[in-house]
Amino acid sequence: MSTDMKQTHGIDPDVIPRSLESSNLSDEDHCIRVRNLNLYYGETQALKNISMDIARRRVTAFIGPSGCGKSTLLRCFNRMNDLVGSVRIDGSIELDGEEINAKSVQVAQLRQRVGMVFQKPNPFPKSIYENVAYGLRLQGVKSRRTLDDIIEKALRGAALWDEVKDRLHDNALGMSGGQQQRLVIARAIAVEQEVLLLNEPASALDPISTLKIEELIDELKDKYTIIIVTHNMQQAARVSDYTAFMYLGKLIEYGATNKIFTNPGEKMTEDYVTGRYG
Amino acid sequence: MDNLNLGQHISRRYNEELEDVRNRVLAMGGLVEQQLLNAMEALENKDASLAQQVIANDLQVNAMEVAIDEECNTILARRQPAASDLRLVTAVIKTITDLERIGDEAERIARMAYDLADEERVNRLFTQIHHLGQHARVLLRGALDAFAHLDTEKAVATWNEDRKVDREYEALLRELMTYMMQDADSIPFVLKAIFAARAIERIGDRAGNICEYVIYLVKGKDVRHTRLLEDGVPGDD
Repeated sequence: MSTDMKQTHGIDPDVIPRSLESSNLSDEDHCIRVRNLNLYYGETQALKNISMDIARRRVTAFIGPSGCGKSTLLRCFNRMNDLVGSVRIDGSIELDGEEINAKSVQVAQLRQRVGMVFQKPNPFPKSIYENVAYGLRLQGVKSRRTLDDIIEKALRGAALWDEVKDRLHDNALGMSGGQQQRLVIARAIAVEQEVLLLNEPASALDPISTLKIEELIDELKDKYTIIIVTHNMQQAARVSDYTAFMYLGKLIEYGATNKIFTNPGEKMTEDYVTGRYG
Repeated sequence: MDNLNLGQHISRRYNEELEDVRNRVLAMGGLVEQQLLNAMEALENKDASLAQQVIANDLQVNAMEVAIDEECNTILARRQPAASDLRLVTAVIKTITDLERIGDEAERIARMAYDLADEERVNRLFTQIHHLGQHARVLLRGALDAFAHLDTEKAVATWNEDRKVDREYEALLRELMTYMMQDADSIPFVLKAIFAARAIERIGDRAGNICEYVIYLVKGKDVRHTRLLEDGVPGDD
């Protein structure tokens, strides 16, 4: 009887009734696996021995003060650092078990799977339609009907369709900043990328556009693995499932967002999320 | 309060707000403690005017709860506190609810004291109720000290001490029942004594709740509805 009572109430007095850690990273399916990653810009070491697993179809936020290496780490995931001359990388980054820095991997193909959205929206100076069609045309899609279908789907996916359906052939640069940012996201999801890297996607936007982007992130995580770098801690707390706190090139703490923002394990994390001097 | 580092926020105004809300809780705790002390004294000395004073002062306790609640809401809305700051604000909101209720219990005891002031039958019941009241006061003081100094050891000790008050209360109840069985005329009088004892026992429980909030605030562990504190301060893991 007493056991039944306990079960009915869902609380066993002998155990902690609810854990602050709502989800457990080790139970997740991992999309990206980083091991002992070091990155140097010339003599300066920007990433120091980073090891982490990124959960598939979850939102992972990277937070930390300026210069902590969060953007650098994000850029590693689609090899944006290749463009920087003096960069040296060691360690491994696996996407679905495949080393992305291997010689056999074509950067263009990698970026079809791992897309990036930047702080400032960067639509092409073309029509809204052509912006979304761009990646598809590169992939060799020619059928007008197929293009129409995918573009509508992508624009709907980016929560933009209703706002632009009557002006698909207007120049994308005439849209608002928030719309442009969602267009860039539509462009990314049109080619069915599996990972979306968002680098400060809302920092140039007004609060309402910011909320729309956050709402969109929430919808997109059913299909995509999303990694977001943000200076806005409340934004990380709102949108992410997992949060990684970085400081001076090191991964200080990484875990469920609930835990990071209510009861972090590290003093440095605590100081950062509460707005104290680090 | 050094271990909360309230003075280290980049925003000095934020430091002040958190300090202020914490100080107000301590002030409210001091007032509630005084109310309990006066209520017990009124009961013991059959002091009707002191009892009236306690009843009147409860309004002040209520006003403090409302003011602190409002301050917490302002901090939540304007500062979006995180981690230990967030836990401080939630612990404060819960603590003042319990403090206000303790104030209500003190008021209840004062009403009994007022009603019993003309009662001829001074007997050793009062001694026992007085002893129970002393015990509850020690618990309340322990909980407030634990909150003021973020002292988890003290919180755990106080929480466990509440068990003793519960047992003392049960023993007293049994004794009061025998009075009623022996002498039906004593029932109205004994009932009042029971209500007073009950109010005191509830104060102990609420002091125990405050101890649980202190553990949550310091350790980030929610120990409500568990027996975890029987084994001492929950460790870090």
